[in-house]
Amino acid sequence: MTAVVAEGRLAPARDTSQTMRRIARRRRFIGNTFAGLLGAVLIIWTLIPIYNIVMVSLESHSDVFSNVIWPQHPSLDGFWLVLTQGYWYLEFFWHQYGNSIYLGAAVTILTLVISSLTSFSIGRMRIRHGWLITNAALLTYVIPQSFLAIPFYRIMQAYGLTDNIWAVIAALVTFATPYAIFIFHNYAAAIPMELDESARIDGATPFQIYYKIYLPLMMPALVAVGTYALLLAWNEYLYQFLLLSSKQSMTVPVALAQFLNSDEAPWNYMMATAIIYALPPVLVYYGFRRRMAAGLTMGGVKG
Amino acid sequence: MDASQVLDGNRSLARRARSRMFRGSLQGSEYTWALAFVIPYIAIFLIFVIYPVVYGLWLGSDPASYVELFDDPIYQTTIINTALYLAIGVNVKMFLALLLSGFFMRRGWWVKALLMIYVLPWAVPQLPVFISIHWMLNGDYGLLNNLLFELFGIEGPSWLDSHWLALGSVILAYIWKWMPFWTVILLAGRMAIPQEIHEAAKIDGATGIRSFVHVSFPLLANLYLVCTLLSTIFTVGDFNTATFVSGGGPAFSTFTLATLGIRDAFDLAQPRVGVAAVMTALPLVVPLVIILMRKLRTAEVQL
Repeated sequence: MTAVVAEGRLAPARDTSQTMRRIARRRRFIGNTFAGLLGAVLIIWTLIPIYNIVMVSLESHSDVFSNVIWPQHPSLDGFWLVLTQGYWYLEFFWHQYGNSIYLGAAVTILTLVISSLTSFSIGRMRIRHGWLITNAALLTYVIPQSFLAIPFYRIMQAYGLTDNIWAVIAALVTFATPYAIFIFHNYAAAIPMELDESARIDGATPFQIYYKIYLPLMMPALVAVGTYALLLAWNEYLYQFLLLSSKQSMTVPVALAQFLNSDEAPWNYMMATAIIYALPPVLVYYGFRRRMAAGLTMGGVKG
Repeated sequence: MDASQVLDGNRSLARRARSRMFRGSLQGSEYTWALAFVIPYIAIFLIFVIYPVVYGLWLGSDPASYVELFDDPIYQTTIINTALYLAIGVNVKMFLALLLSGFFMRRGWWVKALLMIYVLPWAVPQLPVFISIHWMLNGDYGLLNNLLFELFGIEGPSWLDSHWLALGSVILAYIWKWMPFWTVILLAGRMAIPQEIHEAAKIDGATGIRSFVHVSFPLLANLYLVCTLLSTIFTVGDFNTATFVSGGGPAFSTFTLATLGIRDAFDLAQPRVGVAAVMTALPLVVPLVIILMRKLRTAEVQL
């Protein structure tokens, strides 16, 4: 009796579980199709401007001013011209590239040194009124950079520092340090204080503790912040444009923007220059991507 | 004396030692060290933040320059542009980034590969890309119209020759450049949500949109708010996008407050009017800064 009832109930149950599975499978299929479509749209959206740079850089002058979507005779002449400084707008290309590297290196090193010292003093040595400095950094972080450009330029002009790359370095270090201090502060919170204490009891000076204990343990954060500072310097344009005016002191982005002023802009050379300029940050970015993503969320995006 | 007392005694000793070493009574030489470590940052803050800010406020304190600013016919368009740029650009970008961060939580190698391509705009320096987009949107020879014609036989418009199309292009270029960055931030925020919460919600029958509305979003809401506010402030100060994608044209119709300020100060050599233009953004920026300072201090959201 009981068995019959059980069997009677079992059959429809199997039916519904089958339909459920079919619905689930169909839903997964729709989900995957939708995801695939979205992925295709994202790839097209992301790559069109990049494709445009590559395509134009391979074009000849006549291709640039035509309606092709791939150059008829793709050639690397544009790149060769840039590398050999064979165009009058590019006569100082390597010098300007050197300026960009100098700028990036100086901003990175100064940012790392200044902000790690600051965060060591506030977080590890707990200097009095350290919170004031943290707030100052926070305030700097939320001021729009371009809003300070006009007074900053006038001040540099008053001190005769226009057309001097150190004026740009000062500005960019100012804007990079606040974020660096936060990252260091958060990362250092996970390093036990006992390490500092025992070193101190053994007679280490604060500088020795900073140099021999703090810095080596902070390595991942230093890499993350270093990458951030380098990319910031490489991305920045406004301050470099305002403060660097002569061809010898210019960096690559300023020179690139100057191309636009010529009567008929040589787009193929510009895009070749753009690719050569964009390669280092892209390589650095992909090389340190994991570290950087970790750095961006270091200390937890706890919401 | 039993063990726990010994331990307690040690602990209080350690506490006392720590307070002696790190609190207000840093011994003479240690206090000097701590001070020496923060002095570089304090110097930078005073010279390159406070001084320009005070000087800028002084430059912007002349009522006559505001009269001149409001008489400028471009100014009203600029205000409308800035408002649209912020309202549409920031919010569309952040909302899409929020949705896409959910998409990138999917499993599978191709999603990871797609993410690698998708973050490319973040890695590429701004200037080359915006110049490339400017040329891509050229009505006669640009890639976009060439593609539209080749693929669909459509004669595309001259994107940068009408006010609204040009402004739309600037906003889209801005979204293209910055959406990947915020997607990665929000993705990290999603990953910080414990998996168990989603599983529990699934058992209770919440999947798909309901899981997002009732589980993910409430947990991400604070992060989303902070990101949106920060992004708004960064965007108010954005100079590069409007300068290079539309060049402020056609007929000075796509200026934003940041680009107008720089134009007045440098192209027209009227720094006071330029500062005045920037100052009119303060009623928006100051409340945002105050909210952000509070949020960033308490919520431990770090960017």
